[in-house]
Amino acid sequence: MTHPTVPLRLYLGIFAALILLTGLTVAVAFFDLGGGRLHLVNAAVAITIALAKALLVILYFMHVRYSSRLIWIFVGAGGFWLLILFVFTLADFLSRGWVPLPLPWNP
Amino acid sequence: MAEHSSHVAHQFDDSTQQYEASTLGMWAFLLTEIMFFGGLFAGFFVYILGHAQAFAEGSRHLDIALGTVNTVVLLGSSLTMALAVRSAQQGHRNGQLLFLGLTVILGSVFLGIKGLEYAHKFAQHLVPGPGFRMEGPHAQSAQLFFSFYFAMTGVHALHMVVGIGLLAWLFVNAWRGKYTEAYFTPVEVSGLYWHFVDVVWIFLFPTLYLVARHG
Repeated sequence: MTHPTVPLRLYLGIFAALILLTGLTVAVAFFDLGGGRLHLVNAAVAITIALAKALLVILYFMHVRYSSRLIWIFVGAGGFWLLILFVFTLADFLSRGWVPLPLPWNP
Repeated sequence: MAEHSSHVAHQFDDSTQQYEASTLGMWAFLLTEIMFFGGLFAGFFVYILGHAQAFAEGSRHLDIALGTVNTVVLLGSSLTMALAVRSAQQGHRNGQLLFLGLTVILGSVFLGIKGLEYAHKFAQHLVPGPGFRMEGPHAQSAQLFFSFYFAMTGVHALHMVVGIGLLAWLFVNAWRGKYTEAYFTPVEVSGLYWHFVDVVWIFLFPTLYLVARHG
């Protein structure tokens, strides 16, 4: 049948972890961790914590951990396509100005 | 041929096949939603690269305390939703009603706090447009930040409204005792949607409230 009944304790544990991670990401936000003009270290920490929280929700609350391979492939495809969207977009915008060429947007 | 129960549609062999098809279908829909919100996030990242200081000034006008409370409320609603699915799977009618009800309440609290934040922004003239007023050297570009803020949180809130509608429908069906160990697919699939909306907020909160304020 479908998926096994997840123990109540596990759900409560996941929830506690989500709350802890929320507290952590808020606390860290009050410190300037550096990383240049864009504060990339702050961004990296926040994104890492958000990814961890999202994984907990997806794997346990959304039962992907207990789901079929087909569901895994679908979820993985979603993440992969999102990565393509971000990587290709930012590869362009982040690298503008690296090479000083006389381009209209780079005088 | 397997015997058909009343809740299994003609095209399915059995309850399990129907369940798998339904969850896969919901995931396919959620993938389109990932790309939809992903586009908004990609746009945000592109603009923050060029307007880091303006975005920081805008972001500092957001209330971290309210944002944090809302994050906790929404995570709590995800827990109650998961417990509602669990109750349905175990065939506990009262558990379903309790946890579906709690999820509706927590979702509504989230929307209420969001509305409060929006009201503050309107009162402080921080809504993009001719009425926009803000102090600071990057006030004009800060409108970009608030455009993203209202677009992203607004579309997210709209998804919450749809989710609460789904939950109300589940509540009525649960009241009639429709969901049992043998058939709880609608609760499971609606739960997927609700958790997805939670995941979107898990990324929206740090992006808008926490990271952008540095700069």
